[in-house]
Amino acid sequence: MKKKPLTKNIRPGRGPLTLKEYEKSGGYQAVRKALKMTPQQVQEEVKASNLRGRGGAGFPTGMKWSFVPMGDDAPRPKYFLVNADEMEPGAFKDRLLLEGDPHQVIEGAIVSSYAIQADIAYIFLRWAYKLAEERLARAIAEAYAENYLGKNIMGSDYSLELYLHVSAGRYICGEETALLNAMEGRRAIPRTKPPFPQVCGLWGKPSVVNNTETVCNVPHIISNGAEWFKGLGRSGDGGTKIYGVSGRVNRPGAWELPMGTTIRELLEEHAGGMIDGYKFRGVMPGGGSTDFLVGEHLDVKMDFDSVQKAGSRMGTGTMIVLDDKTCPVGMVHNLEEFFARESCGWCTPCREGLPWLAKILRAIEEGKGEAGDIEILKEHTKLLGPGNTFCAHAPGAVEPLQSALKYFREDFERHIREKRCSYK
Amino acid sequence: MATIFIDNKPYEVKEGQDLLQACLSLGFNVPYFCWHPAMHSVGACRQCAVKQYKDEADTRGKIVMSCMTPAADGTRISIDDPEAKAFRKGVIEWLMLNHPHDCPVCDEGGECHLQDMTVMTGHSYRRYRFKKRTYRNQYLGPFVNHEMDRCIQCYRCVRFYRDYAGGRDLNVFASHDHVYFGRHEDGILQSEFSGNLVEVCPTGVFTDKTLKKHYTRKWDLQTAPSVCVHCSLGCNTIPGERYGKLRRVSDRYNSEVNGYFLCDRGRFGYEFVNSGRRIPQVLVRPERNVDAIPVSREEVLEHISGVLHFGARVIGIGSPRASLEANFALRSLVGPENYYSGMSEKEHALISSIIKILEKGPARSASLNDVMKSDAVFVLGEDVLNTAPMLGLALRQSVRQRPMEAERRLKIPDWHDAAVRAAMQSERGPLFIATPAGTGIDDIAAGTFRGAPDDIARLGFAVAHELNNELPEVTGLSSKVHGLAKRIADELRNAGRPLIVSGTGCLSEAVIHAAANIAWALCEKGRKAQLCFAMPECNSVGLGFIGGSSIGMALKAADEGRVDAAIVLENDLYRRVDAAQLDRFFDKVKNVIVIDHVFTKTSAKADVILPAGSFAETTGTVINNEGRAQRFYQVFIPGLDIQESRQWLRDMMAASHIPLAGQWKTLDDITAAMTEAIPSLKQVREIAPGATYRETGMRVPRQPHRYSGRTAMFSHFLVHEPKPPEDTDAPFSFSMEGYEGRHPSPLIPRFWSPGWNSVQAVNKFQREINGPLRGGDTGKRLIEPGDIERPAYFTVVPAAFNVHDNEILVVPLYHIFGSEELSVISPGVAELSSKPYLALNPRGLKGTGTKEGEEIKLILNGRTYNLPVKFMSDLPDGVAGLPFGLPGSQWVELPAWGRVNPENADIVQ
Repeated sequence: MKKKPLTKNIRPGRGPLTLKEYEKSGGYQAVRKALKMTPQQVQEEVKASNLRGRGGAGFPTGMKWSFVPMGDDAPRPKYFLVNADEMEPGAFKDRLLLEGDPHQVIEGAIVSSYAIQADIAYIFLRWAYKLAEERLARAIAEAYAENYLGKNIMGSDYSLELYLHVSAGRYICGEETALLNAMEGRRAIPRTKPPFPQVCGLWGKPSVVNNTETVCNVPHIISNGAEWFKGLGRSGDGGTKIYGVSGRVNRPGAWELPMGTTIRELLEEHAGGMIDGYKFRGVMPGGGSTDFLVGEHLDVKMDFDSVQKAGSRMGTGTMIVLDDKTCPVGMVHNLEEFFARESCGWCTPCREGLPWLAKILRAIEEGKGEAGDIEILKEHTKLLGPGNTFCAHAPGAVEPLQSALKYFREDFERHIREKRCSYK
Repeated sequence: MATIFIDNKPYEVKEGQDLLQACLSLGFNVPYFCWHPAMHSVGACRQCAVKQYKDEADTRGKIVMSCMTPAADGTRISIDDPEAKAFRKGVIEWLMLNHPHDCPVCDEGGECHLQDMTVMTGHSYRRYRFKKRTYRNQYLGPFVNHEMDRCIQCYRCVRFYRDYAGGRDLNVFASHDHVYFGRHEDGILQSEFSGNLVEVCPTGVFTDKTLKKHYTRKWDLQTAPSVCVHCSLGCNTIPGERYGKLRRVSDRYNSEVNGYFLCDRGRFGYEFVNSGRRIPQVLVRPERNVDAIPVSREEVLEHISGVLHFGARVIGIGSPRASLEANFALRSLVGPENYYSGMSEKEHALISSIIKILEKGPARSASLNDVMKSDAVFVLGEDVLNTAPMLGLALRQSVRQRPMEAERRLKIPDWHDAAVRAAMQSERGPLFIATPAGTGIDDIAAGTFRGAPDDIARLGFAVAHELNNELPEVTGLSSKVHGLAKRIADELRNAGRPLIVSGTGCLSEAVIHAAANIAWALCEKGRKAQLCFAMPECNSVGLGFIGGSSIGMALKAADEGRVDAAIVLENDLYRRVDAAQLDRFFDKVKNVIVIDHVFTKTSAKADVILPAGSFAETTGTVINNEGRAQRFYQVFIPGLDIQESRQWLRDMMAASHIPLAGQWKTLDDITAAMTEAIPSLKQVREIAPGATYRETGMRVPRQPHRYSGRTAMFSHFLVHEPKPPEDTDAPFSFSMEGYEGRHPSPLIPRFWSPGWNSVQAVNKFQREINGPLRGGDTGKRLIEPGDIERPAYFTVVPAAFNVHDNEILVVPLYHIFGSEELSVISPGVAELSSKPYLALNPRGLKGTGTKEGEEIKLILNGRTYNLPVKFMSDLPDGVAGLPFGLPGSQWVELPAWGRVNPENADIVQ
């Protein structure tokens, strides 16, 4: 069980553990242990484990925490936020954790909050995760009843209030600073960094936003130590990762596996390979906003650095497989429609550029493509690049497009040439 | 100073700026949309992209937004880098995807920042072949037109309206490429500053609805620098005219006064100039109570010379809404001893008192810029949003000063507006407001106090006593009020730049005295405390300089039969004195000559009515509440018999053979005579170049270089192009001929620069962004604090206000739209003006069954008024409010004790 710490309590077809059951399986021991450590020690342990953010960016969690002002003269209250606004196309890993083992999320939030001495924690939940909402609410009530939350947790002098906040529902809320604005009841538009949330976050106070899966790792690191955690992975990045596969494979699903498992192993062993009659053409390794990888990349290890080296991003680690009977133009068009719709409307390139791309892609897909369209698409993958836009939304949105143009350009050209989609 | 490198050339720039501001200050053309000099950077539009390099060796560089990048020492950027240029062009292409091609029918055309930036970046061909998005437009009231299809989503409107001006009823709705800027439903914009949307919007979404009614392109407007006449702050304006009609008023930047903004009364009140209330011609009334009939100039002057015959006892009644020069001309005609200021007894006393306080005390009068920079403020008795609206806008910025210090400690630069606001949240510096009724800026106050004027004064005296215990103690205060006084005193004492705001609004000398005591006590403690008094009219302070006694004295002289004739200058006496008293004055004085530009109750009785020019048709000087003398220039030549008041006075002098007339050829001659007669006005001579000023032998053209129709304008009755009239009073020409280049700042007729056709061109006229205009801001401060050891503190503390049985104290209330005499003649302002009412606290009406809106009898000074009741639940017990100056209301001496519905008198507490 120690090999799959995150999912050890999760069984298909069974509801989540109650607090008592969770405790019996070793739950909440990390809270007890952490409360006996200093916040700095907790931070150090997580830093030593090399836990990297599982939301997609892979930023070292311990380092993220270390920017929070500590000590008596630190501004108060401080906030800890669990980003459970999972909305990346193709991603369902946080849902597994939220629905499957809500107490693990809560325990992670408590330990993480303790590490930065947060006074108030929030779980920012995607609106559509109704089941998770129900289960989290029940679990939070249980945790309050047992004094894992509230005043003087387990008799210590540490107190924490934890609230479940159900988002109104926008993709951009998953961006940590847009999430902060949304929490404050403002428009969900990102903020610039600096100032970083650790210094000036929710309501202008020091705040940390961590992804659900990241948070779930924290109790296990505290219980079992940094070295144990590092040993779980197959590459430099420590721990396990919940990988997912969707598309025309035999067994789409999500599995907790050692960090650094290869794409091939995921596709062939865990997802059971392609459905008969479908051939593998490409894969977006980390969700809808990551570049396509193709056949030559199958042996790439799914960790942050390896995938990046291959020309994409590990992102959420939940991959979408493209087969030979699905039109890549149509697939990209679908994604760009989504990203255009989910643009917050704040900065010009994203607000205006993405809908233009979506319209061109639709035109191409409908056989109304024109000469020059591919150039405009290509130009936009540069113009909407990092640094040119206010946040990472548009740069992420053009990743599938730029790699599709690279690997499947002939499909685009044929659409325009033949004035139709040959997949239909 | 920091050295930055732009395209490999070093430049010295001020530290603590963003790169965009630094580049614009240096004169570079960097395009932008979401950035605004007063609202700073948020990084939304991405238009101001430049290439930044790490160091000299870095040749690749990366694109950054100049507005979001600090101009730190050693920063290396390129504006001309091809990749940056291509990106900037791309941004315009995106913005133009959905922007309608309706420039020819768009009111913004010709002064559109989007047009300018499009040309600047070089985007010209359309590649987008899909449908453009469209929106539904909203009705936003009489001032602002809405055309959402043109929107380029720069967010400046909501940032101004909400963040800067504190408005709530304009917002951004929806998201992605469907964001919508407007109200939650159609309706009148509630902000007093909504008109600034017209200038803040970089394109034609928000345009001036009053201009639309008589539309003219910017290039066809004849303009001249002017000063707003609708309150005492003296905001700088640029009125524009064509075909003898004033078309609009726009902002004229002055870093010390109004900066980039105007209030709606100032911007939209101008239409009185075009109104049917204007006096078009000379009128003489053959006898009282019959209609006046038109006569010729010559006839009337002959008639007047008869009236003003040698030995006749002639008095002159001046006006705080007329220029210094006009008032001085009147004073010269009748002699100083026969000149009256035209202000009511009380107004006269209050203004004299204020000027004395500012001249003799150690506290400096604050400009609006000073107000914005204050870090602790106490407002005594003044409903600033309604009496001096821009002061309210300045106070809104002042409460950000203290929390800004904390943001600086977080290393958030001042210009990083989004971060500053995210960090600041709802934190505000100390602002305390003590007024009889609620005000529109109570939402940003750290504490408010509601009381009768005497109680407001007592709170003020208590604060002063806290600051200096040698000052009179206020006894009998409740512990709550005492605690508030302590708190206010603490905040003011701990502030670096404390400010005390008061004014004539309460019509209470005690309130003004208390304000002075507080400021002086702070000064004695070594604080740089400033005073800011709001006053009733645009030249109230100027009249204080000219001198003369109040109207009351004039009435008395008439009563005593010592007056044969009276000349009333631009003044409706019925707005300042009791009607019965005035009627008696008219009975006693056989010849009343009124010089004014609008018909008033006073002109309705006058024997002779002379049509004067409004502010837009005259040149003159007014002194604002700060003590700043400012020149306003004639914009256009009025038609018919209309001429400047001082010209009428000069003509009268000539007709009556007063030799002075011969010496007064130009305005400069009058100014010279005035500054000689009144030495404290000496500096008025220096506020602007004289009429003979020329640049390379040329005048300053009132008409822009693209003025059209010059040869066609008169062709329906004259085939020749007439010679433009000559201006003897100012160095401007009434034509497009003249020097096109940099003018001395008081003579800038409009902001326009090559490539910058919109109001944004102002950056080319500033020494640096947000700094003074090149050549210095306009106007001269005539009042500086005295250098005194110990100020002459006021020692009389009024007694506590006592609620009377069967009587109620009626205090004045003010309305931005309605209380000011001239602006309310403008249809838009009139539409928003309130009807007269009596404001009562429903608490005092309990058990009477009186409903809101029901008519009620008010007996005041022996006269009965029937007024609808308005509930105002924050009025103190025993106090009622009566709006000042609304159309249809009568002047009443206030504050005064009155009785409400006396037949069941017990209802009044």
